[in-house]
Amino acid sequence: MADVTFTVDGKKLTAPAGTLLIEACRAHGIEIPAFCYYPGLSLQAACRMCVVRIEKVPKLQTACTTPVAEGMVVVTESPEIAQARKATIELLLGNHPLDCPVCDAGGECELQDMTFKYGAHESKFVDIKNHRDEQQWSPVVYFDRPRCILCYRCVRVCGEGMDVWALGIQNRGSGSVIAPNGQDHLDCEECGMCIDICPVGALTSGTYRYKTRPWEMSHVGTVCTHCGDGCKTTLGVRRANDGMEIVRGDNRDKSGINGDFLCIKGRYGFDFANREDRLTQPLVRQPSGELKPVSWDEAIDFAGKRLRELRDARGGQTIGVIGSNRTTNEESYLLQKFARAVLGTNNIDHHRTADYPAFAAAMNGESEASLRDFASAKAVLLLGNDPTEQHPGLAWQIRTGVRLRGQHLYVANHQNIKLRRQATSFLRIRENDYAALITYLAGDDSALDRNGEAKAFRDAIRGEGSLIIVFGSEFRGSDVEALVKFGSSLPNVQLACLGDYANSRGAADMGLYPDLLPGYVPVIAAAHFAQEYGASLPSQPGLDLLQMFDAAGHGELAALYVVGANPVARYNIDPASLRNTFIVAQDLFLTETARLADVVFPAANLYEKSGSVTNTFGDLQLVKKAADRAGTRADFELIVRLAVAMGADVKQLVPFGHRGVRADMGQARGAQSGEADRHGVWLAAHHLEPKLSPFDPFAIFDEIQRLVPAYEVPRLDLLSGNDQHLRSGLVQIQHAATRRDVVWPSNDTLFTSGTLGRYSRTMSSVLESREPAETAAD
Amino acid sequence: MATLTTHPDCVPLVSYRFGKGATNIDKYLELDGYKSARKAMELGPDAIIAEMKTSNLRGRGGAGFPTGMKWSFVPKQSAKPKYVLVNGDESEPGTCKDRLIFEHDPHAVIEGVIIAALAIQAKMGFIYLRGEYRYLIEIMEKAVADAYARGFLGKKIFGSDFDLDVVVQTGAGAYEVGEESALMESLEGKRGIPRIRPPFPAVVGLYGGPTIINNAETIATVPHIFRIGAAEYAKLGTERNGGTRLFCLSGHLVRPGVYELPMGYNLKKMIYEVGGGIPNGKKLKAVVPGGSSTPVLTADEIDIGMDFDQVGKAGSMLGSGGVVVLDETVCMVEFALRTMKFYQHESCGWCIPCREGTDWLKKSLTRLHAGGGVDKDIDNIRYLAENMLGRTFCPLGDAAAMPTIAFVKKFRKEFEDHLEGRGCPKHRAAEPEPALV
Repeated sequence: MADVTFTVDGKKLTAPAGTLLIEACRAHGIEIPAFCYYPGLSLQAACRMCVVRIEKVPKLQTACTTPVAEGMVVVTESPEIAQARKATIELLLGNHPLDCPVCDAGGECELQDMTFKYGAHESKFVDIKNHRDEQQWSPVVYFDRPRCILCYRCVRVCGEGMDVWALGIQNRGSGSVIAPNGQDHLDCEECGMCIDICPVGALTSGTYRYKTRPWEMSHVGTVCTHCGDGCKTTLGVRRANDGMEIVRGDNRDKSGINGDFLCIKGRYGFDFANREDRLTQPLVRQPSGELKPVSWDEAIDFAGKRLRELRDARGGQTIGVIGSNRTTNEESYLLQKFARAVLGTNNIDHHRTADYPAFAAAMNGESEASLRDFASAKAVLLLGNDPTEQHPGLAWQIRTGVRLRGQHLYVANHQNIKLRRQATSFLRIRENDYAALITYLAGDDSALDRNGEAKAFRDAIRGEGSLIIVFGSEFRGSDVEALVKFGSSLPNVQLACLGDYANSRGAADMGLYPDLLPGYVPVIAAAHFAQEYGASLPSQPGLDLLQMFDAAGHGELAALYVVGANPVARYNIDPASLRNTFIVAQDLFLTETARLADVVFPAANLYEKSGSVTNTFGDLQLVKKAADRAGTRADFELIVRLAVAMGADVKQLVPFGHRGVRADMGQARGAQSGEADRHGVWLAAHHLEPKLSPFDPFAIFDEIQRLVPAYEVPRLDLLSGNDQHLRSGLVQIQHAATRRDVVWPSNDTLFTSGTLGRYSRTMSSVLESREPAETAAD
Repeated sequence: MATLTTHPDCVPLVSYRFGKGATNIDKYLELDGYKSARKAMELGPDAIIAEMKTSNLRGRGGAGFPTGMKWSFVPKQSAKPKYVLVNGDESEPGTCKDRLIFEHDPHAVIEGVIIAALAIQAKMGFIYLRGEYRYLIEIMEKAVADAYARGFLGKKIFGSDFDLDVVVQTGAGAYEVGEESALMESLEGKRGIPRIRPPFPAVVGLYGGPTIINNAETIATVPHIFRIGAAEYAKLGTERNGGTRLFCLSGHLVRPGVYELPMGYNLKKMIYEVGGGIPNGKKLKAVVPGGSSTPVLTADEIDIGMDFDQVGKAGSMLGSGGVVVLDETVCMVEFALRTMKFYQHESCGWCIPCREGTDWLKKSLTRLHAGGGVDKDIDNIRYLAENMLGRTFCPLGDAAAMPTIAFVKKFRKEFEDHLEGRGCPKHRAAEPEPALV
């Protein structure tokens, strides 16, 4: 719309016609206070805090509902306006309990801030406050009713934002109260958005309430360790006896790719890190068959010596390595380098949840869609997957796009997934018809039998001027190729491939494959890697994960190194088949796999280390060390130590101190490193290089950027906490079709998270509180 | 059934058929019924609206907005259906006029809807009845059924090409729903809370369609305007205040009741002649001129004409025409409390100043009246009310604030008499002081 010019507090401003006055002012740095107004949610005009004086209008007007108009003259601060706001706050404080000293929101409460600003410091009322008892609505949501100021944000974010509609308003007048539509409990997705958006301490989190004061925590912005969306989360950490414990997860920093959103996992699913049964001592299997705690030196020396013996005696091709979906890019990269250059094997794999190599091959170096692109997309075609359950961040972005920008959503799925409610068009297909659907969309009418409905669907998609096609793990191998080819036949198409975990994409990009090096370079074309690594690399593809266990069953796998994975449980491996294999495992817990190991190293999790992760859309972000657990070490350090114990040249493995290498700028120091971070950013900007240690993951980041050109993104932006989308140019490869069964999607729900979720007490309690057949608000 | 009252000064226009059995459609037709609708049909939309403007009819719900102008705001072309909505959610304390119309002349309401629908070319009308008026539902529904049976509603009404459906809907007992946008929410099956305006109902109203929403008396007046002619109607009242109005006289009067008097009729005369004065030789203390939300007038302020402009000039409002007369025995604190109890109970709770303000005013007044008052209470009460005024989402906050401010301003001494643990003097007189031992 055309711009209009208007005057606010004597300043001439311009904004597009129709912009709400409150937004136009905020865009120009004029803050108008509000409780009920929240960008992107429906208008309420209920709190009356945003009242302003508009020339020629008799009464004060609410800035949240007034669109700017040409020539409008507005005053946003005056004695009259300050008095109106003060009176409103006085009225609120009349019933609001002044239990600020114990309230969770104390110190980060909008009502406190407004009271401070408008000075409602006098107690006007001598009568008794209205009281109601506190309620628990779910394992994670508590409602302290007297604290509620009825801004209705929770009701709206739950309904409009989440499409869950679990909250409503009961009664009227001073008896009005927010209440769950499920009477005494929430029928919802337990996302905690209601708590996040509450301006006061009325809605509190079951995991955080009454635990600490906000200013007693350090707040560390990092990336969620659960699904593949890579939502930014802020962890509140506090010193504990055995390190730094995580007390709270939230989304106070709304600048991330998730915008306002965080789901149950990001908000509450951190508590696995605080469990007492974390491994905190290395374990070595004794001749008696028992796993016994030993010192770090003993465990590392033992494992290194044994691996070296087995490599030298039986050859690297008899050693297998299994990497993780949750370690950082640097760790995955280092692991494959260790496997190939030190162990001398291509037997390396990980739990694959999507066919990224097929996608990379089909994309032919083109860049895919970032999660941020969904925010501006005109149309989205969702094939397979159930983002509400498996990619809640993506689901939020799509819902928001449909709701606020009229985005068109096309859904084809074999189930009635919840996002169909936002769909312009929903096509239900059979589970094994995804490939046929693509053939049909590409123009072959004979490929699908239900032509009437499908034809309208196809015509609508073809009529879109631009489109993001996002697909789940239903598509593998040649299906992906066909889909990408179909996409290239339409104008302005972007694609995105959905994998399951926090760094599934990074594991793939970093070459945790028996046949592919980092950047999907085939192992047969490893020359420039060999040059960089200063070692000869095995040139024949190794065994994939399933083949490794087959080999073990035949007594042909001498050793197996498992980093942050639990293949024994995931793939139902018979423990007996591993009898003759020397196993080194590093993990947080004594998993089914770790229990079979000969050496177990206690590892740090993603919240306890620094590095980078790549979400399934190719958005690269830094994780920052927030928590710390005494007795654990980062996988990066463990790999380096193991390599050293095997006699490898550490400088060859981690090129620390080399020319052109820049450090993590203090990121690895964790929560206490605020000052150091700024210092590091300054150093980086001036091309200065702090000293490095071989355990500093960023020591290897330069090498990654050299060998995987897609990762050559501006380092400074990354360090500042911004997500950077990978550049186009994942290496063009001829990829041999992957066996379909090697891709093993985890099909997680909102309340399960593969290997980590089961260690989260909060998520378990939510699962237990629910009827088995219940589907969230559907 | 309410007893009908009258006085020689009355001008029976809207009340023309009261007490004459006009609930019977044949009787209604006998008494010039449905002639105005036929006349309007010949005139066409533009001429109907012109007539309405000529009549100077102003909304009888309380705000006094010119009806013809309201109708003219409805866009001629609309993608969404247009609606005529009758606000019969009569809930303002002191007001009891609409119920007489529904009880005695339900077809006048239907005929008014037909004319309004013709004016804006709406195909659907709703008559929203106050939920507590249970006994009127049957009367109104029968009238609608009879009108359908005679072809006055439904397809091709009066044999023309015009279709019009009318539905009677009842409220669930909320004063707030008398506010037009809250009424639309309620009618749509939602919580009775007001809507953000603009857009105004004439553009985006019921179900998002252009809607005219008028008070039941306003709508029932429409056929009479076409019956006697708009110019004739206008002449009955004062300048810019056309016609007559049903005044509801209640309180300390010899002859309380509903009287149809010309607009601008003198309030003093209304009390002493029409209403027969104050019974039992008591003196007049105060008058609430237009329903409980209008600021009180003292006995010295009542020599005014009862039209929107003159009452406004006197610092109050004509409102809904509910004249409440208070004699010297009334405790004004108790009266203020009774009024506030109503608004506290009826506040929808949507916005902070009204929800919290009415609650604290009620608490303060209750305590003051009971003898627990402290010095700052009186100023506080006024402060609270003044800070609600003009700051709330809808006029309900104003309706609670305006009379409160007037009570404190005009009867401050009575408030002060309640202080220092004394409580209400009226109740003190009734209970003798305990004897000193």
